[in-house]
Amino acid sequence: MKQITAIIKPFKLDDVRSALTDIGLQGMSIEEVKGFGRQKGHTELYRGAEYVIDFVPKIKLQVVVTDEKMDDAIETIIKAANTGKIGDGKIFVSDISQAIRIRTGEINDEAI
Amino acid sequence: MMKPFNSSPTKTTIGKPSMLKRLISSTAFLLPSIAFAEDSINGADTAWILTATALVLFMTIPGLSLFYAGLARSKNVLSILMQCFSLTGLMSILWFIAGYSLAFGEGNGFIGDLNNLFMANVTKGSISGTIPESLFAVFQMTFAVITPALIVGAFAERMKFSAMLLFSTFWLFAVYAPVCHWVWGGGWLSELGVLDFAGGIVVHITAGVAALVCALVIGNRKGWPQTAMPPHNMTMTVTGAGMLWVGWFGFNAGSALAADESAAMALIVTHLAAATGSLTWAACEWKKYGKPSVLGSVTGMVAGLGTITPASGSVSPAAAIVIGFAAGVICFYATITIKQKLKIDDSLDVFPVHGVGGILGSLLVGVFCASELGAFSGYGFGGDNASIASQLKAQLIGISSVILYTAAVTWILLKLVNAITGLRVNEEEEHQGLDLALHEEKGYDL
Repeated sequence: MKQITAIIKPFKLDDVRSALTDIGLQGMSIEEVKGFGRQKGHTELYRGAEYVIDFVPKIKLQVVVTDEKMDDAIETIIKAANTGKIGDGKIFVSDISQAIRIRTGEINDEAI
Repeated sequence: MMKPFNSSPTKTTIGKPSMLKRLISSTAFLLPSIAFAEDSINGADTAWILTATALVLFMTIPGLSLFYAGLARSKNVLSILMQCFSLTGLMSILWFIAGYSLAFGEGNGFIGDLNNLFMANVTKGSISGTIPESLFAVFQMTFAVITPALIVGAFAERMKFSAMLLFSTFWLFAVYAPVCHWVWGGGWLSELGVLDFAGGIVVHITAGVAALVCALVIGNRKGWPQTAMPPHNMTMTVTGAGMLWVGWFGFNAGSALAADESAAMALIVTHLAAATGSLTWAACEWKKYGKPSVLGSVTGMVAGLGTITPASGSVSPAAAIVIGFAAGVICFYATITIKQKLKIDDSLDVFPVHGVGGILGSLLVGVFCASELGAFSGYGFGGDNASIASQLKAQLIGISSVILYTAAVTWILLKLVNAITGLRVNEEEEHQGLDLALHEEKGYDL
């Protein structure tokens, strides 16, 4: 099992969610985060006073998939979240050692 | 605060025996008809000035207070509202006690007298022009309220509340009342025929210059300009700005002190200058920074209004467009210069908007009051002035003397208040925010 963590542009969330649902994923969790990468921040200007906002809002999406589904899921996220402009985000993949569904007690691949 | 050519509203005020005597001796043969004319109250004039008075009060509370409060950080929002609200109360009482008498009492060329302390001579029957004197006094009171309230923007987020009250009290008597007397109370500037219909000099230059001196004496906010101090609520600012635009109709058109053609012309030029100023400022931003901002639009509007104020009784609609445009461009660059080049933390930009606008308008009226400029022709020179050159000279004398006087006296008053209460909250209180530190309240509990 793999956990895919994707940092994406907030306005791409709906596209990514429906694309992942289309390939059969049944769940995910997200949170609103702020950060910076190569995109850096942006500038706000009030009557000539410039304020550099270092951290820009992003969505952090986490989904756990079976090993076979991993490549498909990553490809799907890349396709749905890509705008071609700086600041599209990143994807991180890590191993998951165990998964359990609380209601039924199913484990690992059955649980996700 | 007077119609063009009228040297002083006090000269038509009864209840001032010596003035009346002078009038009688100089026009003895006309006495009966004048006496009757002097005595009559005009209902239309009275109704309009009653309305205008409400509009000008509306400019301070809640117009200016919301405009300013939105520009502050959330930890200081209440302190701004509190300062504007308290000043409304305090300045009104002080105006009643002595301000009105010092500004509009006969006195000498420099200051009025103390014959009208506690408005003792303002009775139900006393008349000023064609309106009750009580109405003239309260209309003027609303100007005395907003002028110190404008200064609040300069020392926002760091001045002690007690120091602010004390400074504003001294300032009303030592700066506002005398300058008001010079220009509107029959003082030496009105003798020179200086044109200031609604307060470009009396209100905006005094407030703007005092603001600059306050910012310099009290010093920058801790961390400014390295730390970001953006407005905490732009919607509040735009709401207040809208109220200012509307209220300004009372400020300028009310300054005709009558419901007449002067009032109507003042209203349209006021409106056009506001519109032009707003669009111009936004256009400057668009060109310089790539995007027009909401704050720029409303600030340009205020700049246009402040700039047309001294000219609003003397110029044509076409001239108002020129004045609004000049206000938008010049106040825009003045704001950037004060902030970015000179690094002066006039926190809410009182000087570059009101001070510079007031100076600019008080100069431009010297040109556009002339009656031989085609579509840009105005409605005549002030006093004995007969050319643009002589009018401009009078305006320059008025502007420079008021700048110097205001700057010097404001500086002295700040030093005095500093010795009595101290001007500034301590660093910890400033960091905490004045709302909690000085008033034990929070603006928001989100």
